[in-house]
Amino acid sequence: MQIFGYPLDLDPILLTLEVAGITTVVLLIIGTPIAWALSQMRSRARIFLEALVALPLVLPPTVLGFYLIIALNPNGEIAHLLKYVGYDGQLTFNKMGLIIGSVIYSLPFTVQPIMAAFEALPTQIVDAARTMRASFLDRFFTVIVPLARQGFLVGSVLTFAHTVGEFGVVLMVGGNIEGQTRTVSIAIFDHVESFEYAEAHMLSIIMVIFSMFVLMFVYALNRKLQIKQA
Amino acid sequence: MFKGNLQLKLGNFMLDSGAFQFESAGVTVLFGRSGSGKSTLLRALSGLDRGTRGQLQLGDETWQAGKKALPVEARDIGFVFQTAALLPGKTVQSNLNYATQRVPKSRAQGPSFEEITQRVGITHLLNRSVDNLSGGERQRVAIARALLTRPRVLMMDEPLSALDWRAKTELLALIESVIADYQIPTLYITHAPIEVERLAHRVVFMAEGRITSIETLAEATTRIDSPLFTEEGPVSVLHGQLGAVDEDGLLPFTANPSSQNAEAFTFWLNRAEHTTSPIKNSPARLRILARDVALARERVEGISMLNQIPATVARIESETKSHRQAVFLTLHDGQTLIAEISHRSVHSMNLTQGQSVFALVKTAALLDN
Repeated sequence: MQIFGYPLDLDPILLTLEVAGITTVVLLIIGTPIAWALSQMRSRARIFLEALVALPLVLPPTVLGFYLIIALNPNGEIAHLLKYVGYDGQLTFNKMGLIIGSVIYSLPFTVQPIMAAFEALPTQIVDAARTMRASFLDRFFTVIVPLARQGFLVGSVLTFAHTVGEFGVVLMVGGNIEGQTRTVSIAIFDHVESFEYAEAHMLSIIMVIFSMFVLMFVYALNRKLQIKQA
Repeated sequence: MFKGNLQLKLGNFMLDSGAFQFESAGVTVLFGRSGSGKSTLLRALSGLDRGTRGQLQLGDETWQAGKKALPVEARDIGFVFQTAALLPGKTVQSNLNYATQRVPKSRAQGPSFEEITQRVGITHLLNRSVDNLSGGERQRVAIARALLTRPRVLMMDEPLSALDWRAKTELLALIESVIADYQIPTLYITHAPIEVERLAHRVVFMAEGRITSIETLAEATTRIDSPLFTEEGPVSVLHGQLGAVDEDGLLPFTANPSSQNAEAFTFWLNRAEHTTSPIKNSPARLRILARDVALARERVEGISMLNQIPATVARIESETKSHRQAVFLTLHDGQTLIAEISHRSVHSMNLTQGQSVFALVKTAALLDN
């Protein structure tokens, strides 16, 4: 594909969007129970678990990537375990590796906003639902999720955007295989390394515009979703 | 019959009710200062807090046995909180539907949706968003919602505390009539003595996380050290009926014709003080502060006070705090009226048990509309 006479390689863009989309869905599914459990926890273990969830925020991505390569190597325990349940593929240097790395790296971006929303729930409304005979799952989906919707919105958008902008972990766990694990951020790095400034510009400006739109969308929706407290 | 002994720790507060037992029918008011544990006790009774321990039985059904608790969802309770706790952003109708959709078939009888919404006065609000309702309207919706849950027990945690004076008066009358008509056993929290006197059949007194006593309303209002009296002093509540307004605009309140002596008393009330129009011959209650009652040995002539009620001195008690004397008077139909007078007056009048006197009542308030 050509734009303004310059070649634009769509593969990194499509791959990035796919990985970010899958990561967001996976994290919503596993991050929501984690956020709920943490928000309800009163014991001291909570301090440890909260720190564990937040760890990817402070660790250098290379540290995380390094441990992931070791943990996920084809002769490691995890790979063996997965063979038992029927998954025979590789876990690193392919799309699967990118997704696993992204899920772990972006975990706090999903869990923290949703947990904060759960903690700010108006308890009387949830209690009222219980007295109206709503079971846990019933009130979770009919009362708790709607009341915590801003947390879910912020959590999923941050997760998606953060995964799109990932570099270190992706490079360590995914390598830099064209068409398979070369995401936008790595492709830009490659272009700069080989003095292909026009191509680097093209991808970079797309990223800037994309990010700007995502943020504006979030702010607009956030305003619309505001819950009136009376 | 509620029977049990409950413990619940919330933050630094520890509820340890002690063994208790009281009839569930009618209205049971949990009364105490703020911080006495009445809200915590209600939460423990409702099962809303997982930390509740102890025993609780409603009739022969076990609600709590040690750590094991019947889930709230299975207790058939309707709960009205201090705030209306409605689902934000939704209409009144869909808030009410949330309750009706979850009622099991076995409990689906009782007054219809239309009757309840009409009764509570929210039919015109059904399509409005709950976000745009006034405090009083929101609490009405909350009451309708609790009724539509088809509860076996209605629990109300200071439902009027967040409302302004006018909404309070209207809603208190509504709650009173709804509870009486639908015959739902009710647990009601308040720290306002006036709400106790209007609603209660019995009072559970609480202090420092314990139940200190459980008394009938009559018992609670005829002892002068009752916690109900801490602010205004002793209060008497007389039962009687209203007559027709006379040409001077005065409204008579007389003893019930069914009592032994129907001619026992007639209070003349100033019509203007009672804004709502009373129905003739309807039963009513009159609330009289003991400090608004003076005593005379004979009927006093040449005095502006209209209400001079003949009575007999039943007993005289001293109030330890104020050094004043509470004189318990028996009216001719057997009801009790309390007069609060000074120690010196008791002496100078030479008041003794069994003596006939006249009670001069300065002001009285009608409790019912």
